[in-house]
Amino acid sequence: MKKFIRPQSLKDVDTHYCSGCGHGILHRLVAEAIDELGVREKTVGIAPVGCAVVAYDYWNFDVSEAAHGRALAVATGIKRCLPDNIVFTYQGDGDLASIGAAETLHAANRGENLTCVFVNNACYGMTGGQMAPTTLIGQKTTTTPLGRNPKFGEGWPLKISEILALLNGVCFAARTSLTSPKNVRETYSCVKKAFSNQIEKKGFSIVEVLSPCPTIWQKTPVEAMKWIDEEMVKEFPLGVIKG
Amino acid sequence: MTGNEAMAEAAIKSGCVFYAGYPITPQNEIPAYMARRMKEEGRVFIQAESELAAINMVFGASASGARAMASSSSPGISLKQEGISYLSGCQLPALIINVQRAGPGLGNITSSQSDYFQATRGGGHGDYFNITLCPWSVDEAVELVMLGFDLADYYRNPIIILADAIIGQMMEPVSFPLKSGFNKKLSSKDWALTGAKGRAPNSIQSLFLKEGVLYEHNEMLRKKWEKIRDSEQRYALDKAEGAQILIVAYGSQARITVEAIDLLRKKGVKAGLFRPITAWPYPYQALKEAAKGLKRVLVVEQSLGQMVEDVKLALSDKEVHFLGKAGGGIPSVLEIIETVNNLSFIS
Repeated sequence: MKKFIRPQSLKDVDTHYCSGCGHGILHRLVAEAIDELGVREKTVGIAPVGCAVVAYDYWNFDVSEAAHGRALAVATGIKRCLPDNIVFTYQGDGDLASIGAAETLHAANRGENLTCVFVNNACYGMTGGQMAPTTLIGQKTTTTPLGRNPKFGEGWPLKISEILALLNGVCFAARTSLTSPKNVRETYSCVKKAFSNQIEKKGFSIVEVLSPCPTIWQKTPVEAMKWIDEEMVKEFPLGVIKG
Repeated sequence: MTGNEAMAEAAIKSGCVFYAGYPITPQNEIPAYMARRMKEEGRVFIQAESELAAINMVFGASASGARAMASSSSPGISLKQEGISYLSGCQLPALIINVQRAGPGLGNITSSQSDYFQATRGGGHGDYFNITLCPWSVDEAVELVMLGFDLADYYRNPIIILADAIIGQMMEPVSFPLKSGFNKKLSSKDWALTGAKGRAPNSIQSLFLKEGVLYEHNEMLRKKWEKIRDSEQRYALDKAEGAQILIVAYGSQARITVEAIDLLRKKGVKAGLFRPITAWPYPYQALKEAAKGLKRVLVVEQSLGQMVEDVKLALSDKEVHFLGKAGGGIPSVLEIIETVNNLSFIS
């Protein structure tokens, strides 16, 4: 029987994340995948700007910060210099799909041999809940007080994983969620696949994870999970998009 | 070789293993040279999707412990300021070449020295300083690139090579020394992100949220910059001893100025040159000594007046006159001579 223990890739520290936040689960899944593949001692992670900016306080391997949106450029620099190391970015929707859209598109299009873990919570969490590129139509945020409306020039939810899947440099693109044990297991399997692709030098892999942000959504943790299952997945369907 | 090609080759000879660039005139010879030579050497060349991406790729390469370089020209260097601020905050070494062109805005591709403030006063957000090296010849550009990589590693600080379109495009004979003139011992990069094998994890960060920690980080940086200021000032003098009038100029403008000085001396006007090689740290004390006993100095720049402010800081008790042009205007030999002659009448 497998014992439930702390992965070696996670430090023994208290969490600063809000109750019901998805980061804790996803940090652990990343750590478990790295342990399982036996690559902790050659892994370099890139922390995003946002709530997970202090990821180096949690992960027990080398981690660099990156300016907002530049994680995949930083990762490119590290990976090209250390091609045998395992390099990944962990980015939110504002970071990856808005301010870093160019870096994301071009790292993927170059086929950089990297792993990208993309946390989609349909808002900017750290800055207090502004509209993200992934904010749903009708979703109220501090900058879309009437609800996001394309008629106001606020655009539509950006399906970055589908866009990236079109590129030759991308070997794997998948969307998962954290709303049930089944979905958490599916997320783990996709994250692990995204890392093993890198070990096998297959190119760029992205796993988009629909993740709850109860604090900004003004929901209880349970309601937040329900909102993902009932609303978010309609716009962002789960499943392997490519690979 | 052109200055641009020579600086690229000097980087390769200095052990630069990573270069990322984006097209912009008048520095395009650098990425073109690097695309060919880095491949030959089995090193990394990337044409980045943007200036921002290029500098952040350099950030990553440097974080992995590699010697890394970016190059651009004025508008592109403006875009790179975000990355340069992060390099500084994270104490990552890197070499950034600015082959200056005329601004503001898109300006044009003619030579200029209008990015002096940006280079020497940080340039991006936050309190920080870049070691700023100003070559006046292709040969010196090579020396300063080689020195720059050593300074960057020694102090864990970004270096700006503040060249201009004339230096970048000018073709001159050049020699490549085997070593830079830097004589301090470089230590191993035990801070680099190489995988936490047999050691505690490393992190590269400029974010410090706990109370007082960012303050302490800034105090530590202050001490580093004070040390650089005290030990890395560089300058050159030409015919400055016994001069009646001292002219202060740097980079390509200093080359033009020495011609004027030679002609002035033929006419019996004892003019001399003070040329800062480090624009930061600025050689204030050396300038003070060079100007001892003189009533006035003349500053000549391809700008509306940027370095002149440092000269005024050094020489608060003297008349500091200024001849400068921006937007591609280059103070000529005749204009310098005329200005000096006019100043001579004042006394």
